Amino acid sequence: MAQKKIISPGLKKNIRRNFLERLIELSLMLSGLAAVLITFGIVYILVTESLPFFDAVSLKEFLTSTVWTPLFERKNYGILPLVSGTITITGIALLVAIPLGTITAVYLSEFATHKVREIVKPILELLVGVPTVVFGYFALLLVTPLLQKIYPDLPTFNMLGPGIVMGIMIVPYIASVAEDAMRAVPMAMREGSYAMGATRFQTAVTVVMPAALSGIIAAYILAVSRGIGETMIVAIAAGQQPNFTFNPVESAATITAYIVSVALGDLEHGGIGYQSIFAAGMVLFLMTLSLNILGQWTRKKFTERY
Amino acid sequence: MASTIKPAKDLNAVRALIKKHKKNDRLFSVIGIFVIAALAIALLVLFLDLVIDGYPKMNLEFFSNFPSRKAEGAGILSAWVGSALVLTVTFFVAVPMGVAAGIYLEEYAKKGWFSDLIEINVANLAGVPSIIYGLLALGLFVYEFGLGTSILTAGLTLSLLMLPIVIVSTREAIRAIPVHIREAAYAVGATKWQVTLHHVLQYAMGGVLTGIIIGMARAIGETAPVITIGALTFIAFLPPAPVSEVMPFINFNWLDAGFTVLPIQMFNWISRPEHAFHINAAATGAVIIILTLLMNGLAIRLRYSIRKKIKW
Repeated sequence: MAQKKIISPGLKKNIRRNFLERLIELSLMLSGLAAVLITFGIVYILVTESLPFFDAVSLKEFLTSTVWTPLFERKNYGILPLVSGTITITGIALLVAIPLGTITAVYLSEFATHKVREIVKPILELLVGVPTVVFGYFALLLVTPLLQKIYPDLPTFNMLGPGIVMGIMIVPYIASVAEDAMRAVPMAMREGSYAMGATRFQTAVTVVMPAALSGIIAAYILAVSRGIGETMIVAIAAGQQPNFTFNPVESAATITAYIVSVALGDLEHGGIGYQSIFAAGMVLFLMTLSLNILGQWTRKKFTERY
Repeated sequence: MASTIKPAKDLNAVRALIKKHKKNDRLFSVIGIFVIAALAIALLVLFLDLVIDGYPKMNLEFFSNFPSRKAEGAGILSAWVGSALVLTVTFFVAVPMGVAAGIYLEEYAKKGWFSDLIEINVANLAGVPSIIYGLLALGLFVYEFGLGTSILTAGLTLSLLMLPIVIVSTREAIRAIPVHIREAAYAVGATKWQVTLHHVLQYAMGGVLTGIIIGMARAIGETAPVITIGALTFIAFLPPAPVSEVMPFINFNWLDAGFTVLPIQMFNWISRPEHAFHINAAATGAVIIILTLLMNGLAIRLRYSIRKKIKW
C-alpha cells in the first residue's frame, strides 16, 4: 500500500485507520501481558526479599527445626510448626468438605431435576461469595463455643473449629468442579448402564464416577490448595502461636496466620521479621502452585478424554 | 454389574435384590437433599447470627461515628469510606485491564506460545492465595515503588486479585458470541476494533458485568492482602475529600492517605476480648455480608436473565 506514489484521500484515511488499529491491538496485548508480569512480579519479590533471610538461616535449619520464633530473643527458624498447623487444619477441612462436596456433586449431576439444580447452584455460589473474615467470626464465636459444649477442655483458639468452618467454605468448590466433571461424562454411558437394569445410584457409583475420576480428583487437589492458602479463618480462630503439633484440639498458627500476625505489628523494612514473612510466603506459594498445576493438569487430561 | 447378580434360580431373590438397590437409590436421594439443606442452613445461620448479634448497633450513628476505645460509641465511618475509595481505585484499574486482556485473548491473539503463556498465567493467578498478592504489594508497591501504605496501594493490590476474575468472565462472554455476527460487521467494512467495540462487546456486556460484580464483591470482603500491606486497624480521621469547591474541583490527594477498610475493622473488633466489641464486629460483618450477598445475587440474576434472553 505504502509503495504507491499517488495516495488517494481514501487510502490516506486507511493508513490512519490501520495505525490506530495497531495501536489498539498493542494496548490490548499489553493488558494481557500484565497477567504474565504479575506472575513474574510474585516470583521476583518472593525470591529477592527472602534471599537475605536464607543468608542468615541455613536451608537445613529452615526445613528441619521444629521451633519457629523469628521475633523472639532466642531466634529459631524452623518452618515445620507452621507447616504442621497448615496441614492439620486443611486435613480437618477436607474431612468435612470431601464427603459433603462429593455427595452434593453426585446429587446435582445424577439425581436432581433441572428445577432443583437451578435453585441449589445459586445457593452454592452465594456460599462462595461469603468473605472469609465472616467465616472467621463464625468459627471463633459460634462453632468453637458449640464444640466446647461437647468437649469442655477445648481451648478458645483451636484447629478443630476453623477446620470445620473451612470445610464448609470449600464444599462449593469441590461440588462445582466435580459436578462439571460428572456432567461431562457422555449420556450414552449412563444409558448403557440403565439398559442393564442398574439404578441411578449404581450408575453414579460404578459408571459415572469412575469415568469422571480424574475430574473429581482435580476438584480435591484444587480444594487442598484453597485450604492451604486460606488466611482469615485461621488467623482469627486458630491462634497465632506456632506450635509443632497435629493435634486438632490444640491451638497452632498456619503459614498464612504467621504472615498476618507479623504484618499487624510494626514491620521494619529489611528486618528479620520482614524477611521471614517472605520466606514463609515462598513456601506457601510453592505448595499452592504445585497443587494448582497438578490439579489443572489432571482436569485437562480428563477433558481431553471426552 | 453382571458379576454381582448371580444367575438366580429363585425369582424372589432377584426381586429382593432389585428392592435393595431401589432402596439404596432412595436412601442416597435423601442423603443428597439432607446435605444440600444443611449447606443452605449453614449459610442462613451464618447470616442470621451476624444480623441478630449486630442488631443493637444497626443505626445511623454506627455509620457516622469513628472507631473508638469505647465499644458503645464506636462506628465504621472511616472503614466504609476507606472501602469505598479503595474499591474505586480497584474498579478503575482492574476493569479496563481485565476486559482488554480478555478481548485480546479471544479476538486478537493468534494461537501460539504467546497466547498460551498468558492463558497459563491467568489460570495460575486465579489460584494464588490472596495473601501472596499482599506480599507482592508489600515488596513492590509499598517499598520498591515507594507508594507507602496508601489507598492507592490497597486499590492496586485488590485489582491484582480481581483481574483474573474479570479476564475469565470476559473471555467466556465473548466466546459465546457466534462468528456470523462478526462476519456481518466485517462485510460492511468495519475494522477489527470497530467489530469488537460496536458488536462483540455489546453482546458480551452482560457477561462482563457479571464478572465485574462478582470481582468487586470479592474485593469488598478481602482482608488478608490489605493487612499484609500494613493497613492500620485504628483510624479516626477521613482521607482528604476527592471533590472540592475550588478549582480544579477534583483532587487526588486521597490516594496517598492512610485508611482502613470494613473487613479489617471487623477483624480488629473480633480480636478484642470484650464482648461489646464482638457486637460491633457482628454489625460490621452484617454490613459486609449484606453487600456481598446483594452483589452476588445481582450477578446470578443477571447471568440467568442473559441465558434466558439470548437465542442466537
